[in-house]
Amino acid sequence: MALKPAEYKTDVHNDWCPGCGDFGIVNAIQMALADMGVQRDKTVIFSGIGCSGKTSHYINTYGIHTLHGRVLTFAQGAKIANPEMTVVAVGGDGDGLGIGAGHFVAAGRRNVNMTYIIFDNGVYGLTKGQASPTLKLGEKTKSLPSPNTNSNVNPIGLAIASGFTFVARGYSYDVRHLKDLIVKAVKHPGLSFLDVLQPCPTYNDLNTRDWYAGTDLMDEAQKRHSRIYKLEDTGYEPTVHYNSEIESNEKLSQALIKSLEWGTKIPIGIFYKNDNTTPYTVRLRDKIPNYLENPPSKQNISKNGFSNTDISKILNSLEV
Amino acid sequence: MTETDFSWLIGGPQGSGVESGANIFSRVCAEIGYQVFGKREFYSNIKGEHSYFTVRIADKKIHSNVNGVNLMASFDAETMFRHYDEVVSGGGIIFDSDILETTTDAVRTLDTPFKERLHKELESKNKPFTVAGVLEIAKEKNILLFPVSFKSILHTLSEETENPRLRGLVRMYNVIGVSLSLGLVKMPTNSLHNAIESIFSKKPEIAKINQQTATFSYNYATTKFDTFVHTLPGTEKEPGTLLVQGFQGTALGKMACGCRFQPYYPITPASDESVFLESHELLEIIGDRPGSIAVIQTEDEISAMGMTIGGALTGTRSATCTSGPGFALMTEMLGWAGINEVPIVITNYQRSGPSTGLPTRHGQDDLLFSIFAGHGDFPKIVYASGEIEESFYDTGNCFNYADVFQVPVIHMMDKFHASSVITCKKWDAEKISIDRGKLLETVEDGYRRFEFTDDGISPRSRLGMDNGIFWNTGDESDETGHISEDPVSRVKMMDKRMSRLDLILEKIPKEEQAISFGTHDFTVISWGSAVGPVKDALEMLKKDGISIGLIQLKLMHPFPADYVKSLLDDVKTIIDVEANQSGQLGKIFKQNLQRDIDYFILKYTGRAMTSTEVYDSLKRIVQNKADRREVLMHGA
Repeated sequence: MALKPAEYKTDVHNDWCPGCGDFGIVNAIQMALADMGVQRDKTVIFSGIGCSGKTSHYINTYGIHTLHGRVLTFAQGAKIANPEMTVVAVGGDGDGLGIGAGHFVAAGRRNVNMTYIIFDNGVYGLTKGQASPTLKLGEKTKSLPSPNTNSNVNPIGLAIASGFTFVARGYSYDVRHLKDLIVKAVKHPGLSFLDVLQPCPTYNDLNTRDWYAGTDLMDEAQKRHSRIYKLEDTGYEPTVHYNSEIESNEKLSQALIKSLEWGTKIPIGIFYKNDNTTPYTVRLRDKIPNYLENPPSKQNISKNGFSNTDISKILNSLEV
Repeated sequence: MTETDFSWLIGGPQGSGVESGANIFSRVCAEIGYQVFGKREFYSNIKGEHSYFTVRIADKKIHSNVNGVNLMASFDAETMFRHYDEVVSGGGIIFDSDILETTTDAVRTLDTPFKERLHKELESKNKPFTVAGVLEIAKEKNILLFPVSFKSILHTLSEETENPRLRGLVRMYNVIGVSLSLGLVKMPTNSLHNAIESIFSKKPEIAKINQQTATFSYNYATTKFDTFVHTLPGTEKEPGTLLVQGFQGTALGKMACGCRFQPYYPITPASDESVFLESHELLEIIGDRPGSIAVIQTEDEISAMGMTIGGALTGTRSATCTSGPGFALMTEMLGWAGINEVPIVITNYQRSGPSTGLPTRHGQDDLLFSIFAGHGDFPKIVYASGEIEESFYDTGNCFNYADVFQVPVIHMMDKFHASSVITCKKWDAEKISIDRGKLLETVEDGYRRFEFTDDGISPRSRLGMDNGIFWNTGDESDETGHISEDPVSRVKMMDKRMSRLDLILEKIPKEEQAISFGTHDFTVISWGSAVGPVKDALEMLKKDGISIGLIQLKLMHPFPADYVKSLLDDVKTIIDVEANQSGQLGKIFKQNLQRDIDYFILKYTGRAMTSTEVYDSLKRIVQNKADRREVLMHGA
């Protein structure tokens, strides 16, 4: 029986700041889970550390709140051991692209069938607003003593370069669009990445809701022009249709170029999608023929309280 | 019949087949019934640096190497320079007669401190700095010299077999060295052929060349060499004897006890275990469909640990395998596993620290680090295997402890274990019991993962289980697993988790916590791979009429203080034997028993302990001639 989005909510008090962009993301996740009708006890939300890390406590599925930067490692381990579960990992941009950047890149190489959502707000909120990896060079959000001395990471570009096979960007104040993106990401047969622009109303006074809405960009007729626009509205085609290097290279380059767009026009939607890369589970199945039917978590390891594994062949080969 | 106790050493540049030479030798000896204890020493290097293998064989159970070498087979100058003085009087050296004039300076891999010591020695004896120089000293020590031109052996062999390729095939030198040795000690020749066949079973062409070389060299030794005092005709073989490499105990233990997931990151000396597991990833299951173990090479040790925890959360028995530097990276996650009561096993093959230290050398350096690893107070188990033979069964126990007490378990092994080759009694997988503790089969409504219970352990659900939803967090939590900063709840949760330490001491059978091999006025306490050399040293002392006791610690944390106290009874002098600089077991012993260690026997050269040097120190202690801190130095 299909559940309503409300049934994916816990009654844990949500202590995010009023107006936080995170609310839109957690709502979109709950709506997406309801939309797909996933079973609550076959779904796990893994989260990192920071405000976004609390997400797993607000969703009524299995919820594993892990460590700073390490969310992908826990999530991949669980998914490999039990490939039947729907696995969604979430975390902030500092978490995933700063301390966790190595795992981000390595995850791309594996292409484990799961989804990673980054709450991208340019600041470390829970530690009072230091610059995070997506804040631009020279920008000064309100609690920085001086302008940012680091260049920013390009999350979409990094995901593409690392081998993620579904790369998209959402906006936390366009919940319906974000919900649709999450559904597509979860259904994607491989590792999907969602960079979600998420204004931090407390510490990021540059990339605010109004800034994304373009209130500063009035034309002569005093009409506002939102910075956010949707790739799908422009005829952008992200999908690699054939298992061809030429086509995938074209789509990769196109996505990379598109990922550099920022300023007055900021694209959201799917940048790149390729279903032809084998997911990690299939790579394992190629080595272990019954891996999918009998994955690690499903294996019966004992008989009457004793080992049921027959290692006699190996022992015999070692016998002198 | 006289007792056989014979040590053989082969050395050469890394990559020249020292290890496979030693494998052939060990296998032959084991096949004709001898007990084997072999140990490999090597540099952190792929090709060119000096590596050597010492194989001790005997007709009774042995637990270690000794200092003296009875026969050395060397095909390069460096082996001569580094090991000539280990050969005992009456022993022999097989050497390449073409390199007699090679100088120490010509051997670029001889490092300065060693060269200075060697030059001093040669100078004092008025010998040239050449291979001939060290051989003169050997000869004066009544060591028999067996010169042979390895080059001309290949030439003659190449002509006899009409195989021109053999002429320059220097990588056959190892087989020549082994076969000359075996011919010299009159080992039954068929066992040599069997051993080569079994080692090269997948490469028939290579097997053939090796067989030809072996036969030729063997015959060369029997016909051309003078008679040698040692002969190894074979002895009665114990049925059900294995010849194993040290890392195979934990690997096979993991297969047998149902470990089905092992993420790891490459590190010496731990990776051999994971590679072995992956090579045997498909498992036969009695009365069921085939099983498997997923071995995943990760991007770093942090990821290995995170994946291991992720796997364990699904109810899969999960482990990782690492060494000190890798374990250091895992410690933040160790605390996460602790607060979330996740059963995982970390197999910790220690090596010499600090930092990268001596990356390929031995050390029991990380006992204290393992016990105190992780920030904050949380329960964990640190468990140490003594001999390789134990490590198979101990692995099974470690997984049971993890499941029953819902704590991370650190299984202490080390480099001495990992690179030893030994004979042992065939492991019996049927003896591996499986206890999953409070892992649930079905879940009732209203499930709370961290529910308070009488024994402090909550029933455990697993990710993906029907109706079993739970939350975990590295923050302090309430019974459901949601974050809670309530001070009262905090105290209850901390006490619940930490109460497990007492439970562990109460529930783990005493014989798994520590083993007493008898106590006397003088009694040794030891742990891990140091136990083997101690056992042999005590046997040697017995022959001198000296009885010393031994208590082997296995449960290192929580420390079984009361039990050890009861074992010690009225012991007067306690001697701590271990392979680190600070006497780490001694420290926790004192902390827990409020009793001082009387003597320390410590080794931290990076080389494994021999029973000879432990014997020497123990004897000095009994004779009241010892320093309070005896530091062992044997080994090149």
